[in-house]
Amino acid sequence: MSREHELKAPVSYTPVAIGLHWLVALLIFFAWPMGVYMHDLPLSPQKLQYYAWHKWAGVTVFLLAILRLAWRTSHPAPALPEAMPRWQRQAATGLHHLLYLLILVIPLSGWLMSSAKGFQTVWFGLVPLPDLVGKDKELGELLEEVHEALNFTLLGIVGVHVAAAIKHHLVDRDDVLSRMLPFLRRREN
Amino acid sequence: MRARRLLPLALLGLALPAAAVEYGKVLPEKSQITFTSRQMGVPVSGKFGRFAAQVAFDPARPEAGKATIEIELASIDAGSAEADEEVVGKNWFQTKAFPSARFVSTSVKPLGGGRYEVRGPLTLRGHTQDVTAPFAFKTDGQLAVLDGTFVLKRLDFGVGQGAWGDTDTVANEVQVGFRFVVAPASPGGAK
Ligand code: HEM
Ligand code: HEM
Repeated sequence: MSREHELKAPVSYTPVAIGLHWLVALLIFFAWPMGVYMHDLPLSPQKLQYYAWHKWAGVTVFLLAILRLAWRTSHPAPALPEAMPRWQRQAATGLHHLLYLLILVIPLSGWLMSSAKGFQTVWFGLVPLPDLVGKDKELGELLEEVHEALNFTLLGIVGVHVAAAIKHHLVDRDDVLSRMLPFLRRREN
Repeated sequence: MRARRLLPLALLGLALPAAAVEYGKVLPEKSQITFTSRQMGVPVSGKFGRFAAQVAFDPARPEAGKATIEIELASIDAGSAEADEEVVGKNWFQTKAFPSARFVSTSVKPLGGGRYEVRGPLTLRGHTQDVTAPFAFKTDGQLAVLDGTFVLKRLDFGVGQGAWGDTDTVANEVQVGFRFVVAPASPGGAK
């Protein structure tokens, strides 16, 4: 690992970067549909449970996102394939930045929304997060819309992100997907 | 202390010394009844908008203190519109059949240091059980402020039926808080 570290442009992501990428992705694939589903349920113990799980997963995403960014600053991403047109490389980098931004601001908007609605967030029922804003119905509704809009932005960007990854793998046949999903590498040989 | 014991006699005819005011007129707009439940480990607070409270309290004779409190359950603010709707329904307060909760004190005893303890039956949703609540007495100018809390076990009163009986999501213990701001009883009042 330390040898890779010394290279300017490593050839692959570190196992830590890969692990964090997929852990965050999994949590989002859990929290996202849960968010939509729980919203329409009639009030019940299940609903309260789903809200709690949603928030716990979301706060976890936030913490992992910070970890990811901290790791990323000392462990650069591998260079994109030379064969990629310039606009695609710029688009990829731009969308990655946006994804990082979204996995920070979506949980933040959720946390603030919860406080504004008068429901504190208690991570795993154990760690209470401070209420940065007081109870305020209108602010709560506004933040709910912000949370929703950000989430649909995320959906769109992840759609493009996934489509691009699959295109790299199946059409361009380069190593862009396999360096994030190493078990695919065997098939490449 | 001895002088204080004589005060009941003084009350019969003489002018009231400042320290021996009997408080008896609850100011509803300054008083409040609140509660905090725990949902998935998250404290959620609410309050009741309408209640009728008769309180008579004289710090010189705490044992003679009395309180009768009747809470209009449908006036609840449970933290969100969705919860307000749910808690008046049949699984919770079932306000159609049980519109109010009622507490009548049977005893008040001093705990020392400006603190007291009131005890008496609470009737809620057709169940009656004794509850005990410590409270603090303070004066604020002409007014008295009685501030207390106690823990109510909601399932003792059948509050939260069916799936809501699961105390892992909504805890059995509900912290109830009250704050009564009480003016001196009108002179010549029979209480
Ligand atoms: C990356 C993390 C998160 C994702 C992907 C996410 C996703 C979503 C989605 C898709 C919805 C449904 C929006 C709608 O259609 O109305 C939603 C709702 C919600 N989210 Fe999140 N969320 C995340 C983090 C959080 C966090 C950290 C909190 C709170 C601490 C939170 C609190 C809520 C609440 C309370 C709602 C429901 C709003 C309502 O129905 O009143 N979310 N979330
Ligand atoms: C919601 C889920 C996701 C988020 C938030 C996310 C976010 C990101 C981010 C920020 C990067 C850039 C890493 C860096 O350069 O530091 C990245 C890279 C990558 N992601 Fe995702 N991702 C998600 C889901 C997915 C999925 C489902 C796939 C697979 C189909 C995927 C495939 C990839 C690949 C292959 C890379 C590496 C690109 C490269 O080598 O430059 N991601 N992802």
